[in-house]
Amino acid sequence: MSTRAVTTVRLVQQHSILVLIALLVALAGLIEIIRPGAVNANWVSNILEFAAPLGILAAGQTLVVITGGIDLSVANVATAAAYIMASQAPYGVTRGIVLGLLVGVAVGLVNGVGVAVFRVQPLIMTLAMGLVVTGSLNVYSQAAIRSVPGVPAVIHAMGSATVLGYVPVSLFLWAPLAALLIVGLRSTGFGRLLYAVGDNLEATRLAGVRGWQVLLANYAACGFLSAVAGLVLAGTVNAADLSLANILLLPSVAAVVIGGTSIFGGSGTYSGTVVGALILTVLNSVLTLLDVPDAVKQILYGAIIVLLAAAYTRVLSPE
Amino acid sequence: MATTAVAEAPRMAGMRFGRAARRYGWTVAVYALLAVLMVTTIIIKPDYGAFEWNTLTLAALPLAFAAAAQTMVVLSGGIDLSVGPLMALANVLALRAMLGHDLNYSLGVALIVLLEVTLAGALNGAIIVLTRVPDIVVTLATSFIWAGLALLVLAKPTPGIPLDVQNLAQGSALSPWVPNALLLLLVVPLVWIPLRRSRAGLAIYAVGSDRNAAFRSGVNLGLSRVLAYSVGGFFAACGGLALSMTTGVGSPLAGTYYTLSAVSAIVLGGVSLAGGRGGILGVVAAAYILSLIPAVFIYLGIDPNYGQMIQGVLIVIVVMIGGLGAVLRRV
Repeated sequence: MSTRAVTTVRLVQQHSILVLIALLVALAGLIEIIRPGAVNANWVSNILEFAAPLGILAAGQTLVVITGGIDLSVANVATAAAYIMASQAPYGVTRGIVLGLLVGVAVGLVNGVGVAVFRVQPLIMTLAMGLVVTGSLNVYSQAAIRSVPGVPAVIHAMGSATVLGYVPVSLFLWAPLAALLIVGLRSTGFGRLLYAVGDNLEATRLAGVRGWQVLLANYAACGFLSAVAGLVLAGTVNAADLSLANILLLPSVAAVVIGGTSIFGGSGTYSGTVVGALILTVLNSVLTLLDVPDAVKQILYGAIIVLLAAAYTRVLSPE
Repeated sequence: MATTAVAEAPRMAGMRFGRAARRYGWTVAVYALLAVLMVTTIIIKPDYGAFEWNTLTLAALPLAFAAAAQTMVVLSGGIDLSVGPLMALANVLALRAMLGHDLNYSLGVALIVLLEVTLAGALNGAIIVLTRVPDIVVTLATSFIWAGLALLVLAKPTPGIPLDVQNLAQGSALSPWVPNALLLLLVVPLVWIPLRRSRAGLAIYAVGSDRNAAFRSGVNLGLSRVLAYSVGGFFAACGGLALSMTTGVGSPLAGTYYTLSAVSAIVLGGVSLAGGRGGILGVVAAAYILSLIPAVFIYLGIDPNYGQMIQGVLIVIVVMIGGLGAVLRRV
């Protein structure tokens, strides 16, 4: 391999986000080719609106994956938060929102206790908690309300209104959150601890870190973010049913992986996940434009995720 | 010399007992739990009879196969999030080809479906080995592919599995207490026991337990992992056919429930998600336990929705006790 090729590979490795952004632009270009004029301000606005819930859900997932875990309860938590918010909203919208978010934090804390204190594998712990949350939610929905509750106007506006014609309101929530996470992961003590714990829990313990506290706080944060994503999603689709966010579970993991966060923990960025979420949303848009049956859409979706991940592994970890 | 030999003998026996307890302890405990649950069920519902037992075996059959599929993959150190869609694929392929045909033709179809879905499982493994992408990511992505294929084969749930085929699982040829659905489960040990005793089966354990050590012992890592995924695919195909036989319907979305439930079943069944530890027999009992719980709730007249909750809580408690044990041993 020539020196120049080595330099290029290294450049790509260090700035993988640029490759992702290039891919995003290429996908947008593809849409423009399929249907000239389709990529306009309105389209961008739509993409951002639909990417916001996925992006926020994948934010929690990113935090957990960085510590070497995985959270399979994010979608159940998002659904539960949205449903509880909507069903409690008649007694006060603020109360509904606070209760919804509290559910997220509570489930996250239980996940955290299981993973951090009892050393249960994250996959099992969060899978089981997902069952518990969905089961409880079904029971609650039978006991409390007979019909599907409506979404309060505030939440609906947050999820789907735009200002200045094109800027989705949810962006005012997602963008600061993203900035906070990107800076927080890079330059705060807690952020660095997440990478350290994900890289080698035992080493951090020997260095005097109380790893269980880090993990506990992290899973609680993930639960909170999932709940926020649930509320935003309820606003976007203007409904809060019992399977609201279920379709977002696998994309939340896919966004993290496409964004370059290692599933084994210890490395990754939220900026990557943001681009990953955007890529998945644009990909959906491409597949919708192609006007193929849902089945073919799913097959292409899966195949593209495999190809992206394979390309990643090939280019970014040559050893 | 004589004294050492005398002293040695009981210690050897003790060691063997300790090893046996470690190896089979969890499996025995799971069967004991199942027995306790069965007794409780009979106390709750005194008229529990052959019909209820038959219903349970029918409900547990697809889940047991799904869990067996997951076990194979997890033992090799991987995880297969596409078990449910693979089952759905087998299920709809069977319906599409069997519709309106007789028993012999349908059995031929079943063999072809088994082959096709085994190949799909092998493809999962091959992609993982060749691309070196983590198992969880690949099977997550292929779960979309298999589910999409299932939808292509059959757009919406359609009845029409020949009655003769359904009767293979739904009847009870020997005695009312030995339903066919229980006999069909014999496929699991028939595949598992020879595999477990073979070199290839041992290699799967070795790869799951310590990949480096396995490699240095001359195990072909790639081949062993692909084999594990193939056998997993075979069991998933059995699960899909079991769904066809027990429900009589081909449904492209039938598998969704089974992916995660299979993970629950293997955890309860004592298979370590870290790989290389556990066996398939405890997992089968776990599948029965997970299928029995909702039934018990119905007998008690409680909202069956609690069943899901209890399932989750049960798994949390089981794994927390396991985790606590590990933590205490270390301290």
